[in-house]
Amino acid sequence: MTLTGWLQAVVIFAVLIACTKPLGSYMFAVFTGRRTWLTPLIAPLERALYRITGVRADDEMNWRQYALAMLGFSFVGFAYLFALLLVQGSLPLNPQHFPSLSPGLAWNTAISFLTNTNWQFYAGESTMSYLSQMAGLAWHNFVSAGVGIAIAVAVVRGFAAKGAGSLGNFWVDLTRACLYVLLPISMVAALVLTAQGVPQNLNAYRTVTTIAGGKQTIVGGPIASQEAIKELGTNGGGYVNANSASPNENPTPLTNALEIFLILLIASGLTYTYGKMVGDTRQGWAIFAAMFALFWLGFAAIYHAEASGNPLVHQLAVRGGNMEGKETRFGVAGSSLFIEATTGTSTGAVNASIDSFMPIGGLVALLNLQLGEIAPGGVGSGLYAMLEFVVLTVFIAGLMVGRTPELLGKKIERREVQLAILAILVTPIFVLIPTALAALLPAGSSTLGNAGPHGFSEILYAFSSTNANNGSAFAGLGGDRFYYIATGISMFFGRFFVAIPMLALAGSLAEKRPVAAGAGTFSTASPTFVLLLLGTILIVGALTFLPADALGPIADHYLLYAGRTF
Amino acid sequence: MLKFLLVALRMTAVTVVLLGFLYPLLIMGIAHLAFPAQSSGSFVRVGGRIVGSRIIGERWTQARYFHGRPSAAGSAGYDPLSTGASNLGPDSKKLIARVVARIATLRKENPRESGMPPIGLLTASGSGIDPDISPSDARYQAERIAAARAIPLRRVLAVITAHTKPRTFGFLGEPRANVLALNLALDRVNGASTR
Repeated sequence: MTLTGWLQAVVIFAVLIACTKPLGSYMFAVFTGRRTWLTPLIAPLERALYRITGVRADDEMNWRQYALAMLGFSFVGFAYLFALLLVQGSLPLNPQHFPSLSPGLAWNTAISFLTNTNWQFYAGESTMSYLSQMAGLAWHNFVSAGVGIAIAVAVVRGFAAKGAGSLGNFWVDLTRACLYVLLPISMVAALVLTAQGVPQNLNAYRTVTTIAGGKQTIVGGPIASQEAIKELGTNGGGYVNANSASPNENPTPLTNALEIFLILLIASGLTYTYGKMVGDTRQGWAIFAAMFALFWLGFAAIYHAEASGNPLVHQLAVRGGNMEGKETRFGVAGSSLFIEATTGTSTGAVNASIDSFMPIGGLVALLNLQLGEIAPGGVGSGLYAMLEFVVLTVFIAGLMVGRTPELLGKKIERREVQLAILAILVTPIFVLIPTALAALLPAGSSTLGNAGPHGFSEILYAFSSTNANNGSAFAGLGGDRFYYIATGISMFFGRFFVAIPMLALAGSLAEKRPVAAGAGTFSTASPTFVLLLLGTILIVGALTFLPADALGPIADHYLLYAGRTF
Repeated sequence: MLKFLLVALRMTAVTVVLLGFLYPLLIMGIAHLAFPAQSSGSFVRVGGRIVGSRIIGERWTQARYFHGRPSAAGSAGYDPLSTGASNLGPDSKKLIARVVARIATLRKENPRESGMPPIGLLTASGSGIDPDISPSDARYQAERIAAARAIPLRRVLAVITAHTKPRTFGFLGEPRANVLALNLALDRVNGASTR
């Protein structure tokens, strides 16, 4: 590890902290219908959109209506992308004449983008037409992120409500998330990216003769516009197969820093929005502190493992960190930070090959997914995943002191705890059972890219990633019908069986009237609470996943240092 | 539910137009005016002819040119239509065998260099089209290039120094040199005609 490597991480983080309050306040204004500095520009567009779609902006929804609207929109979005991919071969904006996708791949891809996962069993540069990329995949990058923010805002409204049963209006939240938050930031980011060299055109690929006399094909496409929302919306689906390792998506150290910043930006800002909405910004900072404590622990572990390098390579008298699967311009530090950011959120973009990381580097990435992506988490999903742990922690703290647990003055009772536990249980059920099945069935292990415990890690990572709607991979794993179907199911449940219980929980809390805090009330903004929250997250995560992880990356680590190869 | 589906359909249609078409086309328009070279692919021209892209690595084999890093993109490497990494785990037999083979090849190609090859030249990049090498990757090849071109070593070293980019703002990323830029500079030192 080097000082400059740490400095890079610290400076990006400092900029992030500086943006958390302004962005958080801005999003608070946006989602509570207050005026912002962009209102004069965007409000006419917003009103036109409501007029065309027939949305009545002041209609309030209870949690069931909110969830139904969200599901209806998701279903239409799924059907649209599925159909688009099935017929892209006969549609325009396809200068490379790519054929339509097979039904299995189109189905998996449509679920993947719908759920903000962006798991990819295809190579974008040789599969997707420009039309599919910009009007299909990049559109989903916007709205799946918008849906995530909408759900988070609705959940927070439930926490903050004073006895009204309403969570807001799904269509309004979705529209505002896209128009006021995602679109303006994406536009600025896309222009910076293209200034740095990310292509943004509709030209056909160009084949040139190099000065050494060889042939080279240079890829084109609307890449910058998609790259911006891919990171900002914590989607992560690469325009090209190598994702953000490709210089087409991430050409310079500056774009690398910008992409890391974009990945973390909204999740960080939403913690402040949460604090404002519940009327106590310390509540937001407490969650921020817990999220970034995990983030820094993870980064330190990955960076240390990767900087230490591969002992089997060192035996050959070669020095240096682990550079297999990493780009020269990012090096070990820039790759470690990106991977911590992308797995601590639900992004799944990668600027290096996680499959080729040291076992401990891979383990941290895997644990980030298994803990539910809360460091700081996906846009919206990070906050509501963290809030499920907050409910659980308050409950456990209540048990410890023998008092009815309270959160923001509201009693946490049986229904709330049941719903939080339900949301937490989805992760182990849809990760561990499919992993066990895949390891047992020939179809599950025939497409592995590595042998030994590392091969098992590829399976475990695939289901941890799809269930957590991350989309990054131990990419040696190949795709076939078994994985199309199994990961598709894992992504679906990972998204909706966390979001819907959380909406129900918010609906239940919304109906409760808060009572004033007394002398015995346990403050959820105190350092003690942050520590308790971290403890709960780590214990739940460790109890659930350590046995499986021991068979994968942990065994891999010890065997590697014992000199075993596979 | 039917009401929600109707709104969802209309919402999808409107947002596809706005976010799926107008947004990328607007960015394209601005980029075309403000950053025409970057947005069209950062082409590098020699005598008016496009010979590559500043941001995309290519395969170099001749002794007189700097070589890029090993590549796992496509069967021959550096295939921009099949980008990606080897995805081999750190304890993979295949990976270790590849590193051993690369050491042997590099030592044969660079007989005047006594030290071990640097890590960058022994490991495949993440994209398979990494356009850069580290300064030590470049220096390791300097003696070979000087001999192949029959020019003094110091002129090759001067090319490396002139084309090494430091970390951005002193702390972002790593120092690096663009292989195509290095090789074009070599050809300017003593012409491409000696092929």
